[in-house]
Amino acid sequence: MTNIRQKKDPQKYTYEGFGTPSLPNLMLRGAGNLDNWKLQVYQQEHEGYVGLKRALALQPSQVIDEMKASGIRGRGGAGFPAGLKWSFMPKDTADKKFTRYLVCNADEGEPGTFKDRAIMEYNPHQLIEGMIIAGFAMQCALGYIYVRGEYLWLIEKLEAAIEEARKANLLGKNILESGFDFDLMLYRGAGSYICGEETALLNSLEGRRGEPRIKPPFPASKGAFGQPTTINNVETLAAAAPILRMGGSEYAKIGTPKNTGTRIFCVSGHVKRPGLYELPLGFPLNKLVQDLAGGTPNGNKIKAIIPGGASSAIFTESDFDCPLDFDTVRDRGSMAGSGGIIVIDEDTCMVQVCLRLIRFYAHESCGQCTPCREGCNWMEMILTRIENGEGRLEDLEVLKSMTPRIAGKTLCALGDAACAPMDSILDKFRHEFIHHIEHKKCPKPACQLVTYSH
Amino acid sequence: MSSSSSSPVSSSTSAPGTRLPVSSVSSLSPEAVKEILDFAGKFPDRLAATLPALHIAQREFGFVSLEAMKAVANVLGIPEGHVYGVASFYSMYQKHPVGAFHIQVCTNISCALNGAVALLDLVKKKTGISKRGEVSADGLWSFEEVECLASCGSAPCLQINHDIYDEFVNEKELDRILDACRSGQYRGWAK
Ligand SMILES: Cc1cc2nc3c(=O)[nH]c(=O)nc-3n(C[C@H](O)[C@H](O)[C@H](O)COP(=O)(O)O)c2cc1C
Ligand code: SF4
Ligand code: FES
Repeated sequence: MTNIRQKKDPQKYTYEGFGTPSLPNLMLRGAGNLDNWKLQVYQQEHEGYVGLKRALALQPSQVIDEMKASGIRGRGGAGFPAGLKWSFMPKDTADKKFTRYLVCNADEGEPGTFKDRAIMEYNPHQLIEGMIIAGFAMQCALGYIYVRGEYLWLIEKLEAAIEEARKANLLGKNILESGFDFDLMLYRGAGSYICGEETALLNSLEGRRGEPRIKPPFPASKGAFGQPTTINNVETLAAAAPILRMGGSEYAKIGTPKNTGTRIFCVSGHVKRPGLYELPLGFPLNKLVQDLAGGTPNGNKIKAIIPGGASSAIFTESDFDCPLDFDTVRDRGSMAGSGGIIVIDEDTCMVQVCLRLIRFYAHESCGQCTPCREGCNWMEMILTRIENGEGRLEDLEVLKSMTPRIAGKTLCALGDAACAPMDSILDKFRHEFIHHIEHKKCPKPACQLVTYSH
Repeated sequence: MSSSSSSPVSSSTSAPGTRLPVSSVSSLSPEAVKEILDFAGKFPDRLAATLPALHIAQREFGFVSLEAMKAVANVLGIPEGHVYGVASFYSMYQKHPVGAFHIQVCTNISCALNGAVALLDLVKKKTGISKRGEVSADGLWSFEEVECLASCGSAPCLQINHDIYDEFVNEKELDRILDACRSGQYRGWAK
């Protein structure tokens, strides 16, 4: 039995700035301090709402230009340039006025990801500020924050912060005498990973089953309640505050030319100091895992690293030096995704890792498309059989033949999300699968990652 | 309480849904109705209040029973079938009774790598429940396995009702948490 991790490190989270006090971090300021969520702290210690004031002095289109100049790419998974996304929203014309919505994706369900939670827990005002800036830039009537249902304790805090902002005329009518009206509303999910997919999220927000929609139409033309809508991740929206405060071109100096800014990496699994690390994009993976997170707790060798949340293809040693930016991680066959880095040591059975991941997708598939619904269940079934020592060598060919029939053939990206870990683990650890099949048992009985009561 | 609850009818003749467990509460309180209607008024379309209404109904009924779903449909003036469809889609709506303390253990990858399977076994041992759907005889406990709770950095973790325990929960911690629940010192979710 895998032993329960004993609390060795006193730190629950490690909040690391990417620089020195003269270059404080942008997203995790004051994280860890339980009073940090308050408006007063945010304004006095973290230059709160300075960015908003700068934004309100500009034209909405100039705010979008600042976002474009910053080069920031979406932190929710796909890495799409945020400024460009904002510019897709239709503008009012003489004969057509739109009701535009902004939606913040706070569903955070990708296994290995826990950054949005920290922003909302410790810096809710930064998210609020970012959303007002985004709302102003796109001239939205209202912003919805779709929060995963499990975060009830967090919703209370967010609500309190929103109330503070209303009282200070940062939300509501005629914000800071600018003539701009905007408010925020929280919407609580009810336990479904797929609701993180943007169109499933919209259906859920409308009170329906969280089933992804066929695109096009894209949300910018037909989103929430049939109106033009922009959906961004919590971290993307919260970054708008420092971007407007510093100016887009200053922000763009952080990171690499095509992958600007900082992002919050979530490190978990077999590491000494799991936690959140805010770093500039392009920071090398092994430096993060070894130098900052301290390597494995017992000095074991690292066997594999999942670089961008459970939906990304797994890395083995030859890729541990990969700089963490969207493009390089993609070029090496994986995905920077949500920034969830999961470290796996040499004592771990990779067949179980694979089964554990696939079971998640089988459980969370919304069931609309056959390849995803049936395929994930089949993969789970076959992997269970292999893990239990009842596999056959042909199973490996069957598994291999399944992924091209699922990936790219489904309505949303969950199908691809299931195939990436499956394919990569099967390719890189084929010998472990064969060992299970030939010896009719798991070679690492002490490693237990999968339960049978789900 | 609906008439179908007292006498179990043979499944071939029973109306759809009558084999679902029945809740002891049979209607929404006036405050809950008001809360639901307030929600409905905030959206361009009252259908959007389905999820919040089901959360409220779950709080009132103890779980989302068929009566709870019907009450939601009734208050919002939307089809029962829609409410049922939504309630069955989302895993947080409990379709069966749960204990006063419903323990949700994350067994997803980061937690599993840090011993979630062993933690789940401990939960079973200490509450005396062997599987999901059971409630302990004293009505205190029930459990389920859940997917990632976004506490992967302090894995393994669990959540009791709405309170997350993300402090590298081990046996000692678990004892402390369960004792706090038993003795009424459960901190609730007002963390
Ligand atoms: C299956 C699936 C799950 C997703 N889950 C999330 C999520 O939990 N949070 C999130 O921000 N984006 C999630 N996304 C990505 C969103 O669809 C969307 O791209 C993102 O919210 C856009 O925000 P960004 O442009 O700021 O990155 C998910 C996508 C898929 C296909
Ligand atoms: S790919 Fe899967 S989750 Fe996505 S729409 Fe199809 S069935 Fe649903
Ligand atoms: S894997 Fe358990 S909290 Fe994320």
